[in-house]
Amino acid sequence: MQWEIVIGLEVHAQLSTGSKIFCGASTAFGAEPNTQADAVSLALPGVLPVLNRGAVERAIRFGLATGAHIAPRSVFARKNYFYPDLPKGYQISQFDLPVVGNGQLVIQVPAQDKSPAYEKVVRLTRAHLEEDAGKSLHEDFHGMTGIDLNRAGTPLLEIVSEPDMRSAAEAVAYAKALHSLVRWIGICDGNMQEGSFRCDANVSVRRPGAPLGTRREIKNLNSFRFLEQAINYEAQWQIDTLVNGGAIHQATVLFDPDKGETRMMRSKEEAHDYRYFPDPDLLPLEISEEWKAQVRATLPELPQAKQARYVGELGLSAYDASILTASREMADFFETALNPSPTLPLSGEGAVPTPLMTRGGREGFAGIEAKLCANWLIGEVSAQLNRDGLDMAQCPITGQQLGGMLQRISDGTISNSGAKEVFRTMWAEGGETDAIIESKGLKQVSDSGAIEALVDEIIAANSDKVAEYRSGKDKLFGFFVGLAMKASKGKANPAQLNEVLKRKLAG
Amino acid sequence: MIPYWPYFNKVFAMSPTMFLANADVRKVASLARLAMSEAEIETARSQLSGIFALIEEMQAVDTQGIEPMSHAQDVAQRLREDVVTETNQRELFQAIAPQVEAGLYLVPQVIE
Repeated sequence: MQWEIVIGLEVHAQLSTGSKIFCGASTAFGAEPNTQADAVSLALPGVLPVLNRGAVERAIRFGLATGAHIAPRSVFARKNYFYPDLPKGYQISQFDLPVVGNGQLVIQVPAQDKSPAYEKVVRLTRAHLEEDAGKSLHEDFHGMTGIDLNRAGTPLLEIVSEPDMRSAAEAVAYAKALHSLVRWIGICDGNMQEGSFRCDANVSVRRPGAPLGTRREIKNLNSFRFLEQAINYEAQWQIDTLVNGGAIHQATVLFDPDKGETRMMRSKEEAHDYRYFPDPDLLPLEISEEWKAQVRATLPELPQAKQARYVGELGLSAYDASILTASREMADFFETALNPSPTLPLSGEGAVPTPLMTRGGREGFAGIEAKLCANWLIGEVSAQLNRDGLDMAQCPITGQQLGGMLQRISDGTISNSGAKEVFRTMWAEGGETDAIIESKGLKQVSDSGAIEALVDEIIAANSDKVAEYRSGKDKLFGFFVGLAMKASKGKANPAQLNEVLKRKLAG
Repeated sequence: MIPYWPYFNKVFAMSPTMFLANADVRKVASLARLAMSEAEIETARSQLSGIFALIEEMQAVDTQGIEPMSHAQDVAQRLREDVVTETNQRELFQAIAPQVEAGLYLVPQVIE
């Protein structure tokens, strides 16, 4: 019998502000313990929270980017519980009036085994602003716990999805799309090792068409791999339990990556009773239409819109377009490479408006074909990054450098094999294309007289093979191309060489 | 405040004569980590019941068409610019802490 897995995700994205959400202490990661814990972070008596405009603006950016409702008026509430890394005894969060509601995110679920790739829309229930807690260190303080409150008060956007995902693969695709989006719009650095992007997964199972089953929540998944493993384990555990006549009880569970299994943290009966109420220290947050419009004007072109433009205006395949828009770095690199020496700056004062970036049509500004550029980026550049264990942001060559090289391919100065040589040199040693072509002598011979002379020589020196070719042994053509390329030290323009050889061999 | 009302209803089983039982008071006291004697519980039960009676009276007022307020003052939150203004004052703050080590505040062991 069939089972359906139902998954909803709660993601805590740490907002990339310089200061905390309710006070002017720094949010920089990795500082000495408690050096960024000021009087407000410590909850000393008499302190009051004052909301950070930067945190609210990032929430607005997120709401706009997901087509969500941005509440003209939202309210902060106290979520009460006792834990030493929460010195106030409550977390300031939002409860029934969150800042963002009813958004959506389009996700691309990759092909798996026999099922093809597909697109899906995941609905976002809400996103609300809240403060992070500090950190507890349980190891080795003579039976005591050490508390570091540097993280206390760091702004978080908790993004809650509807239970719209039906497999671990969909949950991972959603988490990845969200991770890419928050970085794309510059509201979160997405560093999962440092805990800037943390996922909780609500998992339940049911017979297709049946009402939702009882869910268990897997807490604090800090990698996409763990997210996938944890959901698969948990769903199978729930199915096995039900098949064996057991029942699922609502609970919070933790994933143990070493054992690859989930285990119970607390049951519903022990669950916290948070006694939310509106925080009297904070007035309602008002967001005007003007503020929204200002923020909207600073939003970059979003991945979905870019994808559509790459397909529609640049003639790329949907596949290429989705890879090129997987991250902002990738898309920026692509657009720079396509337009390596713009007459207008790409950003800042007097920048070329994004839609104009492609006014050169499929060949961009510099006569570089979009498809050629995409191929190099998805092919050589990505392969080298993989080999060296780097991500796009750490790429040793720039979009300008790659674009400079593509220009020399397009205008016939270098052949494809010459380009590979230029690329290898650029990657390892840096440098500009023209200088590398010069120093390595990679310039293609496109002088038709020189190529004709070369071909004449080869025909004269191999009269037996020429006769064989002329008597129908077509396969020998490759042999002549090889000889001619060798004679030109690989520099002959291949298209021209082919044409001359074909003509002369025909006799 | 209206959205919170169902929550209170859920927590405190209401009866027309006695709003709260001593067990309800013990529960909220335990959630708030308050140690209370039986006598104090009785006093708190009576006082809290009075508050609930008042709330019930207010609930009876017809508020149709009136927008709920979430704060007693009808003004909006002032915002601060995203600027770091605080400096490291760890030594000052830790001078009054009962126990510190390696820059950390030490508390009795808590493992959930």
